[in-house]
Amino acid sequence: MARIVAGIACSHVPAIGAAIDNKRTGEPYWTRVFSGFEKSKEWMAKTRPDVVICVYNDHASAFSVDVIPTFALGCAAEFPPADEGWGPRPVPVVKGHPELASHIAQSVILDEFDLTICNKMEVDHGLTVPLNLMFGSPREWPCPVIPLAVNVVQYPPPTSHRCFMLGRAIRKAVESYPGDLRVVVFGTGGMSHQISGPRAGLINSKFDKAFLDNLTKDPQKLARIPHVEFMREAGAEGIEMVMWLVMRGALDTRIDEVYRFYTVPASNTAVGHIILENRAKKAAGKVKRAAARAGSAVRRSN
Amino acid sequence: MATAKRKPNAKDYDDIPGTMVFDAERSRHGYHLNMFCMSLMRAENRAAFKENEAKYLDRFALTPAQREAILKREYNRMLELGGNIYFTAKLGATDGHSFQHMAASMTGATQEDYAKMMLAGGRSVEGNRSKSGAKARSLLLAEPRSKPARSKPVRGKPVRAKTKPKARSKGGKRRG
Repeated sequence: MARIVAGIACSHVPAIGAAIDNKRTGEPYWTRVFSGFEKSKEWMAKTRPDVVICVYNDHASAFSVDVIPTFALGCAAEFPPADEGWGPRPVPVVKGHPELASHIAQSVILDEFDLTICNKMEVDHGLTVPLNLMFGSPREWPCPVIPLAVNVVQYPPPTSHRCFMLGRAIRKAVESYPGDLRVVVFGTGGMSHQISGPRAGLINSKFDKAFLDNLTKDPQKLARIPHVEFMREAGAEGIEMVMWLVMRGALDTRIDEVYRFYTVPASNTAVGHIILENRAKKAAGKVKRAAARAGSAVRRSN
Repeated sequence: MATAKRKPNAKDYDDIPGTMVFDAERSRHGYHLNMFCMSLMRAENRAAFKENEAKYLDRFALTPAQREAILKREYNRMLELGGNIYFTAKLGATDGHSFQHMAASMTGATQEDYAKMMLAGGRSVEGNRSKSGAKARSLLLAEPRSKPARSKPVRGKPVRAKTKPKARSKGGKRRG
């Protein structure tokens, strides 16, 4: 059985990608940001997932205003980096996992989440920046990645609750996959930021902190936040945080927060990051208890 | 769910100051404007646009107001006329401007002042929540609701006399 072992969330600011691509990560402005991900890279190297499901949004790269899918799942074998106007980012081509992706598509659609299936899709900084933050800049990405693009460009994005419930449906789908895979889910975007209009530059650290706190302790509360609240409190583009709820919904109710990082700013945006681990399954506990019983039985028989 | 109870098409977000939400209506008005911006993803189109902006814009079914906003690089006006920031950013990139430069221009600040504001923690949400001054209650940041409700009916009478029996009856209900 495949299973989701952990979820991470992080911002996907394009300027972070530009800093990596232009080798400016050593500048003080950027070391403040990148130093927060050193522990995450160690954690990732230790966790070594077989597959990553990356929830992100496209920024007018793969999708224009011609077609605007609310949820689009990448089922292709590979996803080339998109040219966002400065040439494609110099990052490896993202390899997909078509078997698991199409299994998820089938399962969640029958669970009443009407996904768009993408068998050809380019991916922009929304997906590749989080991969850099969590994996560094390797020559090949260490595992396949299934992109799940969420529309947060044209209002309304899917609601917080819908995103949370999609996460749950994805968990169910993963757990019904016959292969033995360890999966990590990424929720990306956010945190508070506004990059459009006279109110651009808005940051709300209090809101961000409360969001991070509740991601661990009360995600149901986050699933009730209406869109207008995200936009008012966390900026027009802060609404991207709904994507974190897909990740949270895909995890178990009881989880352990193993790491958190927050800094302001990266360009126009508050950078937030969290790592949440599912606890070991009951089955594993049962095995342990059974082993302990067997051990004590052996001692008794001696 | 709280979200389900809302009127789906109430434009409650229009009360947020300095913010033009790219909703279905704006998207409808701005389709050609955004597709013009999208065309700038290709190098040959960028070159053609730079060579003769007005002539290049003839390729798109823009309104006169949209044309003017593009030629004058009025980014807030473009948003009002249906542009979306991720699309208009491609026009800014064609001009060689960073995202932060464009954000600064939309706020009326110089890029330097804007960058300083960001380093100092960004624009505060205080005073920037609502145009109408309507109470903008946050579900996430709300204090426990019971506090103001309890203090209201007291009106000078001894606090104990009024609240104690209430608490008891509530407890009784729960037990029953």
